[in-house]
Amino acid sequence: MIYYTIKRLGLALLVALTVSFISFGLLYLSSDPAIAMAGETASDADIEAIRKLYGFDRPILVQYFDWLQRAMGGDLGKSYYFRTDVSALIGERLPTTMTLGVCAITFAIVLSVPLGVAAAIRPNSLVDRVALFLSVMGQALPSFWFALMLIVFLSVNLRLLPTSGSDTWLHFVMPTVVLGYYAAPAIMRLTRTGMLEVLSTDYIRTARAKGLRPWVVLFKHALRNAIIPVVSLAAVQFGFMLGGSIVVETIFALHGAGFLAWESITRNDLPTVQGLILVFSLFYIVLTFFADLLNAWLDPRIRIN
Amino acid sequence: MKRQFLLTITSMALAAGISGVAHAGKSDDTLNVAIDRELESVDNYYNTAREGIVISRMVWDALLYRDPATNEYLPNLATSYKWVDSTTLEFDLRQGVTFHNGEKFDADDVVYTLDYVSDPNNGAKPARNVNWWESTEKLGDYKVRLNLKKEFPAALEFLSGPIVMYPNEYYAEVGPEGMALKPVGTGPYAVTSVEPGKRYKFKRYDGYHSSSPKGQASIGNVVIRTIAESNTQLAELFSGGIDWIWKVKPDQAERIEAQGQFTVKNSSTMRIGYLNFDAMGRHSKNPMNDVRVRRAIAHAIDREGIVNALVKGESMVVHSLCFPSQFGCTQDVPKYDYNPEKAKQLLAEAGYADGFEIPFLAYRNRDYAEAMINNLNAVGIKTNFEYLKYAAFRDKVQDGGSPFNFGTWGSYSINDVSAITSHFQSGGKDDYSKDAEVIKQLGIGDSSVDPTVRKDAYKAALSRISGEVFMFPLWSYNTWYAFSKEVDFNPTPDEIPRFFTAKWL
Repeated sequence: MIYYTIKRLGLALLVALTVSFISFGLLYLSSDPAIAMAGETASDADIEAIRKLYGFDRPILVQYFDWLQRAMGGDLGKSYYFRTDVSALIGERLPTTMTLGVCAITFAIVLSVPLGVAAAIRPNSLVDRVALFLSVMGQALPSFWFALMLIVFLSVNLRLLPTSGSDTWLHFVMPTVVLGYYAAPAIMRLTRTGMLEVLSTDYIRTARAKGLRPWVVLFKHALRNAIIPVVSLAAVQFGFMLGGSIVVETIFALHGAGFLAWESITRNDLPTVQGLILVFSLFYIVLTFFADLLNAWLDPRIRIN
Repeated sequence: MKRQFLLTITSMALAAGISGVAHAGKSDDTLNVAIDRELESVDNYYNTAREGIVISRMVWDALLYRDPATNEYLPNLATSYKWVDSTTLEFDLRQGVTFHNGEKFDADDVVYTLDYVSDPNNGAKPARNVNWWESTEKLGDYKVRLNLKKEFPAALEFLSGPIVMYPNEYYAEVGPEGMALKPVGTGPYAVTSVEPGKRYKFKRYDGYHSSSPKGQASIGNVVIRTIAESNTQLAELFSGGIDWIWKVKPDQAERIEAQGQFTVKNSSTMRIGYLNFDAMGRHSKNPMNDVRVRRAIAHAIDREGIVNALVKGESMVVHSLCFPSQFGCTQDVPKYDYNPEKAKQLLAEAGYADGFEIPFLAYRNRDYAEAMINNLNAVGIKTNFEYLKYAAFRDKVQDGGSPFNFGTWGSYSINDVSAITSHFQSGGKDDYSKDAEVIKQLGIGDSSVDPTVRKDAYKAALSRISGEVFMFPLWSYNTWYAFSKEVDFNPTPDEIPRFFTAKWL
């Protein structure tokens, strides 16, 4: 187990380094960071001053390794745009994204796992058809359109929920539904497929023959085995929610890490982008690692393998 | 019992949630405003956004104040000024003014502020706002002298807006980082809360000096929130979460106006659109080097049609590379009417009877660019259109990589030709013509303090630019504002909303 952990951590570090290097290069190559920072009204003198002040006149590799050296010491640098510590900036924005992510994945799981189980118990029935329809809708529906429709209906017309912001739990209801609904179809279909496969196995037939109650057969025996790939998928989806909630955060004015990432890319705020990429990479790594551990707990055969 | 418990908990939770929902408007004397971008800093000298200018006018004062209606420079923190010679200004300062934190305003604040921001090591931006004076001297508790580096006719323009005064003791202690989180000024509004990038709260400053040309603010509180998505801003306006928005798209503004539930106003801005041509062959030998081709393009673009169909509002076609209200700007220059036949004739004379192909760059207003592309297609000019983000656009243009591009310039709301024409045609990185005569005339205009000399020089430069079509001015831009019918607000052409002049109806 220790060897497995060390190997995974080593791989994770390599992945994080590669991602940070590629993103640094891409950002730098996309446009002059000094111009992006200086803004439209800046003169040549302004841009040159910024170039010197932030060291943009140094070779790109020198800039990257300078950043890397400081990052390894825990210093993610200062945001070029906000002039504050990147770690403080991310620390301020991350809780909103985490809250949204946790709510959304919970919503997705609570919606899709029971639906997937119900669909698997009664394949080709009305329940199954409705579940598949919702799954297709979830994948086809653009999240920004869905978000705006919810705003129009629930906020503007019915005045049930606030339109935007993050002051209260009510502000998170619509964003949770939009983000969670986007993740639900894949979880539902995987649950359904897994359950269909497991329900036709011998040990389930044995469990039924032994006279066990239906819910015990379903949840203690069948779902426990069917849920293994769903756990991995949910971990990946959660990671995506943390880093990919840009659209939802923008529409609902949530000012989380996703929105910060998008705005930082637009303004070539390199330290902030690099810091966020590092944080999101680490999240993915930790999440997939814990997903593996959870799967190992669910299925002892994985531990042995 | 269990059902009752659940109902109680649900009601409490809903109440807790609802109590946090924003209430907008007259009922709590709070004007809720939405802006679409995060400010990097509230500190006036460390942001370049228009929203930063808006907040600056609310929180701080300058020595003078330009009246947006008359463009006259009125006394504000200075009661009077005098040009001692062409590079020396003296100011008598107003007594009895207090900063929001109780510090008294005097000459020490002026000297400290101007010395601090003009020091390049402090990185105040934009540099052009703060790099034109040499030193400041205290001549008395309420008298200062400003020594310019050279003649700088736009000095009063800068001293009436962008150059605001900071409390020396406070700023020396907290610096830009502290000022960004807890701003202190003398302005009509004091800042009560800053959530960086997200929300800014202001309260009317009841100790605001009564002699200010800005007047006393009527609305008690202002809350400015960042909502990046324009549709969300509209939804907030419709649901009552926000009272005031701006930069509304023309088609949305028309629909809101038609509904009759909100006030919709439009105002021209100082921003103008332009086409830039590679007249001198900086990029390559290409058709744009020929003045007949440039004149042909000028005749090919239906500016009036595009303004009426797309730009709309108070926008108008401009004939000079400046905004009409800017000092030194004249529309009495060679003009080009929309005449595709004449355009084809000119192209034929230049040897392009069958047209030609050319790269065309833009970074905003894609729909306007596409309308112009259609106009050009009609006379045989095919464009390879590239639509880039601003930073990439500017990079390419300044590296000489674009023989033909569509850009805009807002002049930072500086009401002087030097803020635009000189920027583009004085031989800098954006200049694709580097015409010696234009550069010479702009140099005269930029360095003289004699208004007549300046006007004549700028007229000569603008006429030559138009005659040779080094750059082709298109139209002025406009901004749509939509706000609650409870608000009395009037936009100004400098595109700086002044909430201290707004009132409840």
